[in-house]
Amino acid sequence: MDKIKIIEVKESVFASNDRRAEELRQQLKEKGTFLLNVMSSPGSGKTTVLTGIINELKNEFRIAVMEADIDSDVDARTVSKNTGVEAIQLHTGGMCHLDADMTRQGIEALNDKDNYDLIILENVGNLVCPAEFDTGAVRNMCILSVPEGDDKPLKYPLMFEIANFVLINKIDVLDYFDFDIDKCKENIRYRNPMADIFEVCGKDLRGIKEVSDYLRGLIYDWRN
Amino acid sequence: MHELGVVFHVIDEIEDIATKNDVKHVNSVTLQIGTVTGIVPSYLTDCWNWAVSKHENMTDCRLIIEKIEAITHCENCNQNYNTIIYGKICPHCQSKDTYLLQGNEFMIKEMEVI
Repeated sequence: MDKIKIIEVKESVFASNDRRAEELRQQLKEKGTFLLNVMSSPGSGKTTVLTGIINELKNEFRIAVMEADIDSDVDARTVSKNTGVEAIQLHTGGMCHLDADMTRQGIEALNDKDNYDLIILENVGNLVCPAEFDTGAVRNMCILSVPEGDDKPLKYPLMFEIANFVLINKIDVLDYFDFDIDKCKENIRYRNPMADIFEVCGKDLRGIKEVSDYLRGLIYDWRN
Repeated sequence: MHELGVVFHVIDEIEDIATKNDVKHVNSVTLQIGTVTGIVPSYLTDCWNWAVSKHENMTDCRLIIEKIEAITHCENCNQNYNTIIYGKICPHCQSKDTYLLQGNEFMIKEMEVI
């Protein structure tokens, strides 16, 4: 009869992912690559906003985009068509988030993986799960759109706690929704007093230049 | 909400430890889960029972969950209180200057193996 024994583990479930994410961040730092993790609900306008930002920055930086979805390649095709930069689609195979290993595999699959200044990871549309897993990104950007409501930061605490900056998108439809933008900012700051907040509209490009300038600053800071 | 993804992570970790320790079979795994992690234990158990059946050295492996109560500390009046009931605002002095002491843990505590 085999002997039963107890192995004490005492380790966080996220510990191994956190380690891999930190390794990835260090490797990217050595290559001078800034990895931006973009998170939001489905339909908040991630792809449209990113298209605007990429068009602002693409003449200055070598950019690639990784689109994560459960299925389809519609986002990668849209970004690639509207910006001309390399965009690949990552399928999560039913998973609701990306982790550090999946992010690394995505980067490995890029054509010129060692020579990008900026890699943008468009995470799976979801305000819960992606927040739990460090992808190895330098910064987390969260997009919240007007039709979703100004109370989202109260309902999804972790997402707004880990976001370094938040874009309030679709401000062109503010008049049609019961959305209090000051209240929304207050709710974001309640969760995360350090978060920088921008008002944007991906469709008419309002605020996109300001976000792009801010991102440019972050990229230069990261390199130095 | 994302219990299945989380279960895959736990199983990867367990498989790793099992290999390193020359384990033949894992009989049970004990997790410690804080009450404000957003993890629903009953969903986690359902996903677990399905997922372990796919691993030869983990068939019928039991999942034991130990809950960790969420407690928040108030910087203003220096008292602790129950996070689930009172949230971010201190019930003693109404201050917002509070932080979570415990309750967001998600730990693999131990595993029983052969």
